[in-house]
Amino acid sequence: MSSCCTPPPFEPPAAGESPSVLKTVVLIGPPNSGKSTLFNKLTGLRQKVANYPGVTVEQRMGLMAGVGRDDLTLIDLPGVYSLTPYSEDARVAVNVLQGKMPGTPKPDAVLLVLDSLHLTRQLMLAAPVLALGLPTLVLLNMSDLMESRGGQVDVLKLARELGTPVAQISATHGTGLDSVPLFLNRHGAHATNQRLTLPVLGNAASTHTWAAQVSRRTGYHAPLSAQSSRKIDNILLHRIWGPLLFLIVVVAVFEVVFSIGQPLSDGFGDLLARAGDLVRPLLPAGWLQSLVLDGAWKGISSVLVFLPQILLLFLFIGILEDSGYLARAALIADRVMRSIGLNGKAFIPLLSAYACAVPAIMATRTIENKRDRLATILVTPFMTCSARLPVYMLLIAAFVPNIVYLHGFLGLRTLVMLGLYLAGFVAAFTTARLLKSSVLKSSETPFILELPQYRMPTVRALAMRLVDRASIFLRQAGTVILCVTLALWVLAHLPVARVQGGALAAPELAESLIGRLGHFIEPAIAPLGFNWKIGIGLLSSVLAREVMVSTMGTLYGADPDTQAMHLQSALHHDMTLGGALALMIFFAFAMQCTSTMAVVRRETNSWKWPAIQFLYMLVLAYGAAFVVNHVVLAILG
Amino acid sequence: MSVLSELRVGESGVLVALDLPESVQNHLMHMGFVPDARVTALRRAPAGDPTVYCVDGLEIALRHETAEAIRVRPAAQSEEVPELVEATR
Repeated sequence: MSSCCTPPPFEPPAAGESPSVLKTVVLIGPPNSGKSTLFNKLTGLRQKVANYPGVTVEQRMGLMAGVGRDDLTLIDLPGVYSLTPYSEDARVAVNVLQGKMPGTPKPDAVLLVLDSLHLTRQLMLAAPVLALGLPTLVLLNMSDLMESRGGQVDVLKLARELGTPVAQISATHGTGLDSVPLFLNRHGAHATNQRLTLPVLGNAASTHTWAAQVSRRTGYHAPLSAQSSRKIDNILLHRIWGPLLFLIVVVAVFEVVFSIGQPLSDGFGDLLARAGDLVRPLLPAGWLQSLVLDGAWKGISSVLVFLPQILLLFLFIGILEDSGYLARAALIADRVMRSIGLNGKAFIPLLSAYACAVPAIMATRTIENKRDRLATILVTPFMTCSARLPVYMLLIAAFVPNIVYLHGFLGLRTLVMLGLYLAGFVAAFTTARLLKSSVLKSSETPFILELPQYRMPTVRALAMRLVDRASIFLRQAGTVILCVTLALWVLAHLPVARVQGGALAAPELAESLIGRLGHFIEPAIAPLGFNWKIGIGLLSSVLAREVMVSTMGTLYGADPDTQAMHLQSALHHDMTLGGALALMIFFAFAMQCTSTMAVVRRETNSWKWPAIQFLYMLVLAYGAAFVVNHVVLAILG
Repeated sequence: MSVLSELRVGESGVLVALDLPESVQNHLMHMGFVPDARVTALRRAPAGDPTVYCVDGLEIALRHETAEAIRVRPAAQSEEVPELVEATR
């Protein structure tokens, strides 16, 4: 019954019937009860990387190595208030708990995490969870704060009331965690006493009455609440300072990514180039050296140099997410979001999409209204993700002069970058408004937003995010980008021609297969101010935006005219200002990311929406690039 | 008898009933908006709406039209928690 491959249809286990072997344990609790911290402690952080940054909207799985039980799988669930699912993330939790989630084993035991600071309300979740009849250990988290703020609860009485073991823990400090292996060894295989009077399930009023009675009978005394979050909010949600600080934070993030990230990237780029030079004498001169160094290495390193900047951006977004500030941003933005027919909750995924659209689209699961959620998914790829950064950085460095204003606090390059971010933002909002006033019109769903207490982001959690992101980025560079650059190099050197004297030689770049393909599509993109090399870049960047940069690296590396040049100078030599600006605008609007299309398909359950999204964004990108190129041509004469 | 949206910042009320669709009502009750719960209006968002309410130690933001559908009665002055008023000044 606990086979891990094909979960059987859900049957509520009768009391007394118990699984023979304990394999899977599930962690459940209300939002902000500290589940994720506990999950990391219990698994010793060795979970499978199925974890997207941001809100936990998916189940995560890991082995319980942190407490010496690496034979057991632990599943972490999104936080839920009840087992009556209200939004998509809660539905995931309920499905996993009932063994109805494909690919996820049915749990044999439950760890129910409750925040002891708000025990009365949190106990409301205990009723439906205990009613599942699985062996359950109740963990009262935040016991350290409970003690220091003068709260009280009688653990033994509570255990008797609930008919199941109860332990006090502090997930942050790792205290009381021995109770978990103890419970799994002793009770794990047996369903606990079920002669329990539970309230009518699904009825909130009766569940609350039950929870209040239980908490009264166990002598629960709630501690004083902390005031620090409120004091911070007095400033961050201030009528004037709140929105102003929000804007300052956003601009500062980009300024830092640009001013600190740029030298880091340049240094990293030099290092990569030097590594290439070290290898050069080791390879025989000729086609192999050219393939490895001018083809693959040049292509890959032209993308790799942007790693420092992307990590910086992820670091800032991670701090905003982990500290609890995003919920405040949602509150500030609600008024604006309302004017486009959405609510503040849709703002959180849009903000996370500055890092990457894939986790952002997953984060839309917290939006209760289906049509609001779809509209948010459809506009999220307009937000400027970190994969656009390499393209923008390259073109800005090549075409925008480095002029500074305000005594060096703000540069022209930063302003152009902010303009591009703004263009994506405006496109997202206008499109959302169009959708919400036409095909996705719906009655308003109430906006209910919990403001969590502020927390200091931990170095460890932030480091985990960065390691995750770096490994995704490197894997992408080692697979997709490597394959594309190798394919391009080969296409750029075929067909092999026989020159005078019978020696074999690569063709002129324009005569190669890639050159012919490029010239074939050139008429379609010439009105945008793009040459055929850019055209090849656009084709290959449908896989992922940053592939554009590696393609440019490979193509300009294969061209004798530009071979010796820095990629920026090569572009400058080969493109007009109008074409460069048009190219940036094209990237701001076009959907060039197969990962995003795949996740949109998964979340909307059809190819229809990603197809519509792709075409809409392509038309918009083409149109905008056309206008920009012609306006610049008209101005410059 | 009045509604939640009429509370001024810093004022508290005792919840009487929720006139909202079943699923919304259920969700709010699980967040602590149950009859007899004490609700305090904590602050308004910078744009004046939504308002952050404090219930059972949790801070929850609701828009005006939702708060308008939640009936409250005045809380006895003696129950006023001084620290909450302090925090909103």
